[in-house]
Amino acid sequence: MPETRTIADLALEVRSKNAGPFWVTMELFMRDAAGYALVADPGFLNGPVVARLYGVDAGAVQIFRLPALNVVKISFPRPVSQGSLRDRDIHAGQHHVPLAQLAVLTGSGGR
Amino acid sequence: MRTMTDVRILAPTGMLGAGFPPETLTRGLELGADVIAVDGGSTDSGPYYLGSGTAKTAAAAVARDLRLLLRAAASAGIPLIIGSCGTSGTDSGVDWVAGIAREILASEGLDLRIATIYSEQQAASLGGDLDRIHPLPPAGELDTATLASCTHIVGMMGHEPIVAALEGGADVVLAGRATDTALAAAYPLMKGLPAGPVWHAAKIVECGGQCTTDPRAGGVLATVDATGFTIEPLDPGNACTPTSVAAHMLYETVNPFSMREPAGTIVVSDATYQALDDRRVRVEGSRFEPAEQHTIKLEGARITGYETMSFTAIRDPHILGQIDTWAALLRKMIGEWVTRTLGLADGDYAIDLRLYGYDAILDEIEPDRRPPKEVGVMLLVRAAEQATATAVAKVVNPLMLHLPTPDMSYLPSLAFATSPAETERGAVYEFVLNHVVDVDSPTSLFRVHLPEAGDA
Repeated sequence: MPETRTIADLALEVRSKNAGPFWVTMELFMRDAAGYALVADPGFLNGPVVARLYGVDAGAVQIFRLPALNVVKISFPRPVSQGSLRDRDIHAGQHHVPLAQLAVLTGSGGR
Repeated sequence: MRTMTDVRILAPTGMLGAGFPPETLTRGLELGADVIAVDGGSTDSGPYYLGSGTAKTAAAAVARDLRLLLRAAASAGIPLIIGSCGTSGTDSGVDWVAGIAREILASEGLDLRIATIYSEQQAASLGGDLDRIHPLPPAGELDTATLASCTHIVGMMGHEPIVAALEGGADVVLAGRATDTALAAAYPLMKGLPAGPVWHAAKIVECGGQCTTDPRAGGVLATVDATGFTIEPLDPGNACTPTSVAAHMLYETVNPFSMREPAGTIVVSDATYQALDDRRVRVEGSRFEPAEQHTIKLEGARITGYETMSFTAIRDPHILGQIDTWAALLRKMIGEWVTRTLGLADGDYAIDLRLYGYDAILDEIEPDRRPPKEVGVMLLVRAAEQATATAVAKVVNPLMLHLPTPDMSYLPSLAFATSPAETERGAVYEFVLNHVVDVDSPTSLFRVHLPEAGDA
């Protein structure tokens, strides 16, 4: 039975923030190359997965992979206009959590 | 004066008024700083500041930082450049910072010439040539009604108006809305250093110590030369590492490899980051690709209505065990009571009901819906008039005090946080422009007020 862990378990930091008033951007700072390889795998983390987590259009999701930093960066248009009646996170600083809690399957030797 | 084969940019803090240790300036001057650059604003805290033309920072905090900065610039005889004055860079923001600066110069007996640059735009003037205005994703085409609805519109200047102010004899440049990078880029570009290293260095230093391993320990110094730049923190105990510097390209950017400026695009996909020792990093290989068309980004905000807030709280486990049912009942009864009492239709007002402690922050995408221990219930009401928003909140008040769950045979009393329960929030705003305008001259949208002869 493989152990179920989350992205947060394998990361130094997972963060989110506005990138200007109309975009939100998130970064997964992974602990090592093995963790990076897991989250950089387009079969695991891709536009439709992000779209499902955040209720946004998959076609608008941009994913950047930076192996030198063990970082995957994800940007998409802010689903709620900044500062509007429905905006509960003005800086979009707490919206990393659904991504950070995404389960990854790691076997005994990783992959 | 030393020949300018290199320029040393001192970036003490990410925002004027955020504070920094005085030693960060002392150390920067010891290392031979040629210019001090400080950002005074951001859109990051929302549309209110641009919409209302007021600052996020306290005057006393701005004055504290400015006093140290003006003393340092005067003692070293180097220019001080501050951009996006007053948070959003409106004309009122520039005048506000300039007023504080002039008081300090007078009280300190400092002899510095101030130039101001205004970046506010008129809707009618922009609307006269809509063909030159283009949307940025995810925005759509712009119309004159949207422009006219803005309470304030600013254009984001590049380095050119700042260079014009410096060449006009300014010791201190107080600019309206500017790109964060333009402030640090202006002086080295004026001294003829190459655009690739200048712009990349300017991006890395824009948030002061954010590119170090301890962002709370003060600012940084970037030395730009013909082939690249070297960056070091100003606190001797702090460090820049290749990772901390490279990672700053990720911060608050959509794309970490390229960034558009008015005059072109910073491209860092081929940049190399090399540790010179355990606290200094050398960066080479950055490029700046000039654009065929010079563009100025516009920011605008308009009033969406007036809000009133009310806040109560629940600790009773019985209600918390069925908090979704309770909240659904509250929403339904708000609609009924408001219609019955005030005669308002759905379109006359809007509410947002937030269950803090349960799912307020993430709302529909909250993955964890276990019963909470306590919940803060925030009601926000928005209407076209403040009085209407407050009337709705007052009509709802008995529900937020006594609403039971459907299975309770008595009325509970819930925990209002304040008396009165309602707080009027005044006008609320939204950003409506995400567009660029084609310009023939990089300075044409900006008004540079040079120091008068004998000014000081």
